[in-house]
Amino acid sequence: MKFHQPASFADASAIAAGASGVTRFLAGGTDVLVQLRADLVTPDDLIDVKKIDGVSDITQNADGSWTIGVAVTGAEMSEHAGLSKDWPGLVEAMDLIGSTQVQGRATLVGNLCNGSPAADSVPAQIAAGMSVTVMGPNGERKIAVADIPTGPGRTVLEKGDVVTAIHVPACGANAGDAYLRFIPRTEMDIAVVGCAVNLRLDGDVITEARVVLGAVAPTVVLVEDAAAAILGTTLDDAALDGLATAAQAACNPINDKRGTIEFRVDVAGVLAKRAAKIAYARAKGEAV
Amino acid sequence: MSKIHVTTKVNGDDVEFLCEPRETVLDVLRDHLNLTGAKEGCGTGDCGACSITVDGRLVCSCLMLGAEAEGKEIATVEGIATGETLHPLQKKFIEYAALQCGICTPGILIAAKNLLEREPDPTEEQVRYWLAGNLCRCTGYDKIIRAVMDTAADMREAS
Amino acid sequence: MALDKTETGESYEGRTSYTHVGTRVDRPDGLDKVTGRAKFGADASAPGMLHGAIVRSPHAHARIVKIDTSKAEALAGVKAVVTRDDFATGLTGEEWNVLENVMAGDTALYDGHALCAIAATSALIARDAVKLVEVEYEILPHVTDVDKAMEPDAPIIRAGQQSKLVPEGMHPNVVNYYQGGHGDMAAGFAEADLIIERHFTTEAAHQGYIEPHAALATLGADGKGDLWCCTQGHFIVQKTCAALVGIDTSQLRVTASEIGGGFGGKTTVFLEPVALALSRKANRPVKMVMSRSEILRATGPTSSASMDIKIGMTKDGRITAGKGVFRLQGGAFPDAPAGMAAECSFAPYNLSAVSIEGYEVMANRPKQAAYRAPGSPMAAFAVESVVDELCKSLDLDPIETRLKNASREGTKAAYGPTWDRIGLVECLEAAQAHPHMKAPLRESEGRGVAAGFWFNHGGETSVSLALSEDGTAQISVGTPDIGGSRASMALMAAEVLGIEYENIRVTVADTATLGYNDVSHGSRVTYASGLATINAAKDAVAKLCDRAAQKWGIDPDAVVWEDGCAKPAGPNAGQFDPMPLKEITRRMGRTGGPISGHYEATPEGAGVSFGVHIVDAHVDRETGKTSVDRYTVIQDAGKAIHPTYVEGQFQGGAAQGIGWALNEEYVYGEDGRLQNTVFLDYRIPVASDLPMIDTVIVEVPNPGHPFGVRGVGETGICPPLAAIANAVSGAVGIRMTSLPMSPPKILKALKAQSDG
Repeated sequence: MKFHQPASFADASAIAAGASGVTRFLAGGTDVLVQLRADLVTPDDLIDVKKIDGVSDITQNADGSWTIGVAVTGAEMSEHAGLSKDWPGLVEAMDLIGSTQVQGRATLVGNLCNGSPAADSVPAQIAAGMSVTVMGPNGERKIAVADIPTGPGRTVLEKGDVVTAIHVPACGANAGDAYLRFIPRTEMDIAVVGCAVNLRLDGDVITEARVVLGAVAPTVVLVEDAAAAILGTTLDDAALDGLATAAQAACNPINDKRGTIEFRVDVAGVLAKRAAKIAYARAKGEAV
Repeated sequence: MSKIHVTTKVNGDDVEFLCEPRETVLDVLRDHLNLTGAKEGCGTGDCGACSITVDGRLVCSCLMLGAEAEGKEIATVEGIATGETLHPLQKKFIEYAALQCGICTPGILIAAKNLLEREPDPTEEQVRYWLAGNLCRCTGYDKIIRAVMDTAADMREAS
Repeated sequence: MALDKTETGESYEGRTSYTHVGTRVDRPDGLDKVTGRAKFGADASAPGMLHGAIVRSPHAHARIVKIDTSKAEALAGVKAVVTRDDFATGLTGEEWNVLENVMAGDTALYDGHALCAIAATSALIARDAVKLVEVEYEILPHVTDVDKAMEPDAPIIRAGQQSKLVPEGMHPNVVNYYQGGHGDMAAGFAEADLIIERHFTTEAAHQGYIEPHAALATLGADGKGDLWCCTQGHFIVQKTCAALVGIDTSQLRVTASEIGGGFGGKTTVFLEPVALALSRKANRPVKMVMSRSEILRATGPTSSASMDIKIGMTKDGRITAGKGVFRLQGGAFPDAPAGMAAECSFAPYNLSAVSIEGYEVMANRPKQAAYRAPGSPMAAFAVESVVDELCKSLDLDPIETRLKNASREGTKAAYGPTWDRIGLVECLEAAQAHPHMKAPLRESEGRGVAAGFWFNHGGETSVSLALSEDGTAQISVGTPDIGGSRASMALMAAEVLGIEYENIRVTVADTATLGYNDVSHGSRVTYASGLATINAAKDAVAKLCDRAAQKWGIDPDAVVWEDGCAKPAGPNAGQFDPMPLKEITRRMGRTGGPISGHYEATPEGAGVSFGVHIVDAHVDRETGKTSVDRYTVIQDAGKAIHPTYVEGQFQGGAAQGIGWALNEEYVYGEDGRLQNTVFLDYRIPVASDLPMIDTVIVEVPNPGHPFGVRGVGETGICPPLAAIANAVSGAVGIRMTSLPMSPPKILKALKAQSDG
């Protein structure tokens, strides 16, 4: 294995574009090193992005949006008062990944690019409408996070592509997001079901909604029917039931060592309701 | 394979070593630096027996490459005591029997010390969630949690 | 209190007070363990050391056609390769079974079965070399479920293993059968007002010790070897490894490292013989450490079980008959603890009609190993669940009903013996009186109560005690310290010698230094090593008294030992000032030589330990998730030598039981491969999963130990499985009969309940 520590994204992209064999990028390493130790993936080239300027920065832009560096850890996100206030759902989703120790290293972009359908931060990233900037052999482009995962362990990124920054929209007024997951213990498990909800209100009425499910399909699912079920409502019981039904209908899960199909479908509906209620309360400015 | 030369600081001492690209900080500590306090319990970041701090941040040393230690300050269990003076946590762990076999103890001490440096007055729930990544199979955690909380109280009183 | 110095013994002395025993001293290994200095299995190294790694079968059942190691051997840094051909032939019985498990012969019997090992100059090279070994397999049909393994068309694991006790016509995979009980079953059931019959299943659970197996071995062509390993029993390691590599037992010296958890799983060998064989071939020391997935795939979890229980009860709560059938699979080998499951199952009950049967079955799984009271937790899960269901159906109090039927001194156990003095009733009464029973419960929260039992064990034991000239003592024991036993030995010795706890150092001696010692298992160490320590100390005391008698010119019978001093037995013996121990030892070189005490024996009087647990559990009705909100362990320790360590055993056993009840299981795929091979998906309790675990130490002295000690390490894991199932039943009215009670299973049961 060759270990590289390029000083720029251009160099990182060039190394990856020119490599033959297995290439991996290294941010926090909480997926890559596990795979390495288990002899599941032994990269021929491992490219560490942490020597590049700005990768550990969290910046709020003039328009209220955020730019997050690719090496920013979950712990740093949780410790950032401004980001936590604007996007509590995104921060809590990232915060749920692994232990305190894992939080000290894990990153949003690593969680995204590892491509697990059960990744905790990804539903919240999509609910928030996040995007990434990617540098590739043909230059830079912006891709919505929703368009990145293509299947279990697979993304739309190609040889030579490297994510250079992550973008979070401005949260705006009367908005709230939330992420919940079901795990059998209280910590340390991969999500059996994950649900992120992002809402904007006008008074008590929901005017914008995004509902995203994780761990219930080959990729994370943006459930437009679930959003439709609560748009224009005050999240009354009928709306919540409609939300749950739509969430359940969008599931296409498997039976595995973490849960059954039946269980995942049931719990998707339960979590959608619970997450929506929290997002709603946050959008109203209530302490949750 | 060619080795990587790394200069770093461990428990306040300047340290230099050569390591394979695939070796983790845990491998380096145990196999090259003779610091066997950190243990491998799982290799997947699930057990916390390998816990260290890097520039004050609690991490699993099995999830960091030796090459990434360049220029960092690493703290391991061997550095918690000052000479023959034990840290209050270490003393309390012995007094409360917050260890049985002791394999998880180095990781738990590093993690608990880091918690108390950030949060001097944690609730029981906060302590339990902070230590959720440190598996103990012997104690059921009861005496460990009591030791951490009572040490926190002692340290608050002393300051 | 004056001690009768000449009498070493194994019966309870009836002391009413102690100076050292029962105090909460600091453990002697504490400083090393909190500073990272303590040396565990993987913490040793040797000059010129190589690293070993193992090639393992990815198939559940396959004939090994060919192993091609040529590419591996060509890798720079590879120094030796071993296969089954490098081990002894002609072994029989358990030694053969162990060898077959340590390294496959012509058949891979489970996913993860070792079949070849490599030693190389670095761990990375060894791991890379493993990937280069090419094995040709002929895949065979496999079976992993215990009941399926008994069916007529099940693949045969190994023919010719069936004992004559097995009933006619059963599949060859059924290798042993146990039967016990007494009384008229038909009459008993006829008397009952209510009979409940239930089927239960539990899945295999792993001991889950955080420290992987590790060994550092040196073996020369001259047949002399040294082995450092983490183990619960270095003498059995010595005996077994010597047999497997074909050398004399006494030529192998084994040193036990500090051990990072065992719980029964480190009472046998996996890596050790392999490391020795590699070392001999390479003529260099070889270090081997298991990865977590190797541990889960290829060491010894406990058995999975399929059980049928039938119990009859009268309306006023008397159990009239109890029948239990226990089928346990032990992996591809005999000795699943079916007999012990059967024997433990009805132990808490005084029954006039009881029938117990156990079937030992083989399946394509790793060879099971002991896990804290092997067989007892599963059996307790089944029986205690049915007793609870009977109580709920008849609207009877669960503790009162257990008291009504409780085993007491003089009760005949289902497996034969009549109980001596036991503490079940005291535990039940303590549970009844405990404030936990009166605490309010919230919505969807229930309270469960269950009892549990373990026999405890004696076993071969040797202890040696040497006095130093400065009046301090060194004790050598042969039982690795898995729970704080070094402190307890020192406390017992301090009590006898009358010197301070801090002036005694206890060492776990290597195999060359002490007579044979059985393993640290069966909750035997505080009992048996403790008894031996007391008697070794008394042996030393007798010699100290002889020296005093010599100095005073009186008969040795006229000298007593009291408060750490030799004293004349009475005014008739003479007027002499007490002679403290250190005055005698100071001159011992000139008065007859160094003073030591010894005791070697296989004590028979281990006392059984009963326990009763109370648990409050809450069930989220929408997701099936269970949280354990409050937990109390009440258990009979006989005499708690070090109360804090006894509490620790209670809490640790309960925590393991909680994990087993709620989340821990072995998940096999259709292909017979283990799916959850790391801690991510083999889910043991984390700190945030558990509440504080309250403990009550009941002390009903064991008549077979000078201070009344009963083993405590194992009983704690027996009640939790049923206690939690009973709490869930109380919380949401569903009876879970299959472990683990994971959320998908609970949610499914809740849905069925609201549909049905």
